[in-house]
Amino acid sequence: MSGSIFTSSIGKKMFMSISGCILVLFLTFHMCMNLALVFSDEAYNAICGFLGANWYAVAATVLLAVVVVAHIALAIVLTIQNRKARGSIRYAVTKREPGVEWSSKNMLVLGMVVLLGLVFHLVHFWYKMMFAELAGAHEVMLGAAAVSPTDGAAIVRYYFAQWPYVLLYLVWFAAIWFHLTHGVWSMMHSLGLNSKVWFKRMKCISFIVATLIIGGFALCAIILFLQGNGILPYPLF
Amino acid sequence: MDLTLKIWRQANAKAKGKFETYVVKDVSTESSFLEMLDILNNQLIHEGVDPVAFDHDCREGICGACSLRINGHAHGPETEITTCQLHMRNFKDGDTIVIEPWRSRAFPVIKDLVVDRTAYESILQAGGFVSVGTGGVPDANAIPIAKDDAEESMDAAACIGCGACAATCKNGSAMLFVAARVSSLAKLPQGQVEAARRAKAMVAKMDELGFGNCTNTGACQAECPKGITINHIARLNREYLKAKFRS
Amino acid sequence: MIKLDSKIPSGPIEGKWTKHKGDIKVVSPANKRKLDVIVIGTGLGGGAAAASLGELGYNVKVFCISDSPRRAHSIAAQGGINAAKNYQNDNDSVYRLFYDTIKGGDYRAREANVYRLAEVSNLIIDQCVAQGVPFAREYGGKLANRSFGGAQVSRTFYARGQTGQQLLLGAYAALNRQIAAGTVKSYSRHEILDIVLVDGKARGVIARNLVTGELERHGAHAVVMATGGYGNVFFLSTNAMNSNGSVAWQAYKKGAAFANPCFTQIHPTCIPVHGTQQSKLTLMSESLRNDGRIWVPKHKSDVEALRAGIKQPSDIAEEDRDYYLERRYPAFGNLVPRDVASRAAKERCDAGYGVNETGLAVYLDFKTAIDRLGIQTIRERYGNLFQMYEKITAVNPYEQPMQIYPAVHYTMGGTWVDYNLMTTIPGLYALGEANFSDHGANRLGASALMQGLADGYFVLPYTIGDYLSHEIQSPKVDTNTPEFEEAENAIREKIAKLYAIKGNQTPDELHKKLGCGIMWEKVGMARTKESLEQAIVEIQALRKEFWSDLKLAGKPDELNPELEKALRLADFLELGELMARDALNRNESCGGHFREEYQTPEGEALRDDENYAYVAVWEYQGEDKEPVLHKEPLTFETIHLQQRNYKD
Repeated sequence: MSGSIFTSSIGKKMFMSISGCILVLFLTFHMCMNLALVFSDEAYNAICGFLGANWYAVAATVLLAVVVVAHIALAIVLTIQNRKARGSIRYAVTKREPGVEWSSKNMLVLGMVVLLGLVFHLVHFWYKMMFAELAGAHEVMLGAAAVSPTDGAAIVRYYFAQWPYVLLYLVWFAAIWFHLTHGVWSMMHSLGLNSKVWFKRMKCISFIVATLIIGGFALCAIILFLQGNGILPYPLF
Repeated sequence: MDLTLKIWRQANAKAKGKFETYVVKDVSTESSFLEMLDILNNQLIHEGVDPVAFDHDCREGICGACSLRINGHAHGPETEITTCQLHMRNFKDGDTIVIEPWRSRAFPVIKDLVVDRTAYESILQAGGFVSVGTGGVPDANAIPIAKDDAEESMDAAACIGCGACAATCKNGSAMLFVAARVSSLAKLPQGQVEAARRAKAMVAKMDELGFGNCTNTGACQAECPKGITINHIARLNREYLKAKFRS
Repeated sequence: MIKLDSKIPSGPIEGKWTKHKGDIKVVSPANKRKLDVIVIGTGLGGGAAAASLGELGYNVKVFCISDSPRRAHSIAAQGGINAAKNYQNDNDSVYRLFYDTIKGGDYRAREANVYRLAEVSNLIIDQCVAQGVPFAREYGGKLANRSFGGAQVSRTFYARGQTGQQLLLGAYAALNRQIAAGTVKSYSRHEILDIVLVDGKARGVIARNLVTGELERHGAHAVVMATGGYGNVFFLSTNAMNSNGSVAWQAYKKGAAFANPCFTQIHPTCIPVHGTQQSKLTLMSESLRNDGRIWVPKHKSDVEALRAGIKQPSDIAEEDRDYYLERRYPAFGNLVPRDVASRAAKERCDAGYGVNETGLAVYLDFKTAIDRLGIQTIRERYGNLFQMYEKITAVNPYEQPMQIYPAVHYTMGGTWVDYNLMTTIPGLYALGEANFSDHGANRLGASALMQGLADGYFVLPYTIGDYLSHEIQSPKVDTNTPEFEEAENAIREKIAKLYAIKGNQTPDELHKKLGCGIMWEKVGMARTKESLEQAIVEIQALRKEFWSDLKLAGKPDELNPELEKALRLADFLELGELMARDALNRNESCGGHFREEYQTPEGEALRDDENYAYVAVWEYQGEDKEPVLHKEPLTFETIHLQQRNYKD
């Protein structure tokens, strides 16, 4: 009488939630790691070293990749089904319903922006750091200079000293922030962890979590930029 | 007041529809929206034009027959009322009003503004009931129910099955409708007995009928004429996942 | 000529139903499977009956005109449902509910039926709770009650202001369960246009598929009419737009006698008419009279100031207000029965104290209750009703009193049935508002839901077995017979005839003439010999006008609301005349039937028990022929006949 959890609408949403949840946890960790860089290049490089060519780091990276792919693939499947469910004729007049967040209706678009940013991000950080290390390279090129892939701090500082990169990253962060403000409470909601009493609290928590995570990232980017251009002292303290 | 109406006209389920523009004059601001359509229809009949078909019955906002997407909102721009409770004082003289039928794959148009909502029927038939026959039940006061639980159950039970939720949802999802029934019964001890079976069966039927997947936009609760909230969707998710993991 | 046999069991009133249940036959499960039953209508009566019959194992076909059984007009009942549970320990009992109902009906209902209704009332509450109906609760988890008109106890169970909806959803859920189980087949958007008789027994129906316009034949061993009332004959009423009396009328023409057609309930608390564009009246629940106080100003000068908008109702001082119900009926106050409250409102408005521009409105004021209980309590009790009122009128009833005026609401009259709910056509049953049996000349609030569910869940499923037990040898009804052929052709011809008129007036225009012009003015709240005689002449003339000047849009073979309206109006134009005839015949005032010639010096209804303590049962004689009146005498063995008194 009832289909498999994997094919059911609520089941798919559950996987969306769980994958989203893992990504939120990863972002939280990533943000904390970035904060370390603000305080100390050595600390940051130590963490990078810890996450370099080690089996557990590779395993975690693979898992993360699988989760990202699953999250995106499911989103695409859901969107295709949803568009089909709307029917072939669209409304002539569409207005935003009162109280509906813009982000909630544009999660796929936001997700796509996030994905584009991710590709960009991976190319010049992950590719030059973890991938290079895995590939056995001893140096990577930053413009004309060559640095060791284990000196993550140098790589990061190199890019974030340049304003176009910082600007692109801030745009990307904004997209992630929008995605998260809806995503975090929505993830709890889809798992059934919400109620009349908790509804507003959940939305508030979602806002705080998204702002903390993205605020942390943005803060790092801005501090690095200011340091890279001599406006803030280096080291900060 | 005089109004310009742009109304979706479609001769039958198979015909191709299009918008037609009509002018209706001397509508009283005290009239209801459907009374305004009555005036239009009477005018059209005298002009030899086929009147506009629309669903309506009780005209007190409870039967759930009336529908209509009015200027981009299900049941019109006012909140927590049905189209039949919408009054013309909410519009201005000279306004143009666009009137469309529900648009959702599961609600095909039958004629003009009338759509087929039997998909909702099928979902309820799949399990939207407590399996007790007539007779042989305990005394009504033998089952104490906390006031708050009864109230929350009633919040969900207020659903009139009009279809505004699925028609509004950008995903064409019927989750608010299904959640209202599942949640209402899940809040009561009488409904607990077969709660797992109900949640699974109703969700399976909803999926089978081609409704979309809920993405928690909350558009449904914003347009629900009975103010049913998506908290009930959270409860449905919980009930469903609980049922699935236990079986 | 029909012979009326009410089949009321002998013996003391408390034992009649039990004895009867023991006496009537039952059908074995194996035979039930072979028997088909058609149920027309899916309100509380029809929905409950179809579900219960399906559970018993009969093959049921259920028809409704809406797109879903859940939209039947029972859904609009607001206030509550009565039951003699005595949960409040206020000395309620089956007898007291029975007594109140008989008295409320102004001694024009059948004792045995009413007693049975009171008796099964408790089962209904148990049943609904078991189905998951979210009735209002006390903090301790027990069921809450409130009071309704015509009762001095608190016996009304409710689910906010949506009791009808919740009870109907309960019955609908039970019905859905049977549809899923395959015992019931549901036909939505189908209108029954005729009852087919074979050898004098009801054997099927002709239905019109409202989407395609196709005519369909359906056969069965018994047919149950649960089609509600005919209040829409008045055009403006609280009935749903599609409510109609056509099935009952077709049955009448086929030989099912019609009882007490003139007994119409005018509900005192409806939102006043706003103008000529109005299509529908909105009821404000009687439950509001629990805490609302009804008044008009004492002085004409205040009335004029209110009408001119110079004064607001809240500006009128307490001592300048006339709480006329409390003044006239101290014992029951604002909770007098509906007919009494309606007439009192009309009396004040006729005397020139109506508070709006049309002079047809009185105030229902919550100020005292808000001062006493606080705004929060009032919000909890009536929040959704207040919201509805504000949406419709743009007046906030927490600040200013509501304006109300009586409107047509319910018809106590209906198809005549015996104790088994069978009409004078064998195999044809009538339930709920469609029959005449339980409410006499006036129905008490919260009793319609009770009757619909009593008939549907607990009476018909038993009594129909008695008839069907004789049908177990009958094969499936063949619909390819001359009887079905003839019935279908007659409908085809009727529709063709309507289209051939090609006149100038739409069904709505003609319906307004009938309802607002004739019925409300002359067969409405107050009737006289002259007005009724005039009405009969005018209805006959209007009927001719209809058949010579109707303008009918669309085609017969499509979704066509105009054709639906025209077919229903054709029947209303005949039914209206019968109502006037019945009102003219009844030279007394009782309940909702108020003949101005017959009133006490204080303006109360003056009954004539000597000459009119009977059910007026009308038998059809043919087109444009006067119907024959039969009288079913009402014998009161248990309750002593007396003038209704709500004063002390």
